Amino acid sequence: MSQSYVIAIASGKGGTGKTTIAVNLAAYCARSNSKVQYLDCDVEEPNGHIFLKPKINIKKDVTVQIPQVDSEKCIGCGKCGKICRFSAIVHIKDNKVLTFEQLCHSCGGCIRVCPTDAIRPKKLKIGDIEIGQSDNLDFVQGKLNIGNIRTPSLIKEVKTQIKKDYLSIIDVPPGTSCSVVEAVKGTDFVILVTEPTPFGLNDLKLAVGLVKKMKLPFAVAINRDGLGNDQVEKYCRTENIDIALKLPDDRAIARAYSTGQLILDQHEKSFSNLFKFVKNIRSKRYAKR
Amino acid sequence: MKIAVTSTGKTLDSQIDPRFGRAAFFIIIDTETMDYSVIENESVVAGSGAGVSSAKTVIDAGAKAVLTGNFGPNAHRTLQAAAIQLYNQLSGKVSDAVELFKNGKLNTSDEPNVNSHFGMDS
Repeated sequence: MSQSYVIAIASGKGGTGKTTIAVNLAAYCARSNSKVQYLDCDVEEPNGHIFLKPKINIKKDVTVQIPQVDSEKCIGCGKCGKICRFSAIVHIKDNKVLTFEQLCHSCGGCIRVCPTDAIRPKKLKIGDIEIGQSDNLDFVQGKLNIGNIRTPSLIKEVKTQIKKDYLSIIDVPPGTSCSVVEAVKGTDFVILVTEPTPFGLNDLKLAVGLVKKMKLPFAVAINRDGLGNDQVEKYCRTENIDIALKLPDDRAIARAYSTGQLILDQHEKSFSNLFKFVKNIRSKRYAKR
Repeated sequence: MKIAVTSTGKTLDSQIDPRFGRAAFFIIIDTETMDYSVIENESVVAGSGAGVSSAKTVIDAGAKAVLTGNFGPNAHRTLQAAAIQLYNQLSGKVSDAVELFKNGKLNTSDEPNVNSHFGMDS
């Protein structure tokens, strides 16, 4: 297992256990002396650090570029406002142009269309990335500033930290929005965590739709198995989707979670099986090349 | 003087739309002649920035005052930059609000009175 491999732990529904599975899988790999890296891309509320307790060595600002208008140079043509799909820049009249940094997506369109070079990029801090170590596990997390909505931009920065020759485990934000697309983009495999309930199944189907559209190989992990009904398993059978892990509905897990503890000691077998599953798909991938 | 009123319908008898950015229609009225035109608000379906783009619509329509239910921060800032008089917390019929305006019975609003995304829920 020396080649790079990036696995994303995602879910349509929130609160299904992405972080529980991601941190325990990462810790299991580290215990097995694999070169492993955990990257928390759930940048609006990163919480993997609570369980992995890393020592942070490096902290970096993450910035995006937003437009700054020089009214001396502006001729009031209004082209900047017309090209902006997000109304982040608007021409009022004459050389009066307003910008709204919280609406800007940093596409740079306004800067390009300005005929007089009156618009220049300006840096805006949106959050941080923190890099550290937890035993022999590499730890990276993104932290988006509160109130900021530039989630995908920050996730992109976190993913620049993916190391070569490592197994990289990405903790993805919940749902099926842009930030999820950004987090799973370019990964080698996605594990979709769900719970065996009607809500879990509904949101799993949405997530399956997303990864299929992105042509990413994937499998399902069922958390809190034993709860609810068997519809998730039936769905996976019908759709020919592998089930990589079934983690039982166990009060001890909830107890461990609530105090920031890993559950490897109680459920080592589950994670050793999941690790084998990952090893297997990884070697298949490299056999194909 | 040209003024803009947010409206749920296309006539002066329509009810005022409580939302500015996501108002269904803008009725542009000449207060001297009471002639009016109706603009369908394309920003109703905008993903974001509806306050700003709606403000741009009424600025370009030449309105010098806006009468509505609520202004969010971005709409307020944009309209103020264009030196447009702002009146909020209005409800009822469009024509009644115009009468109140003509008789000088309305107070201008110096601040946005709702947060961003207010119009998404109503």
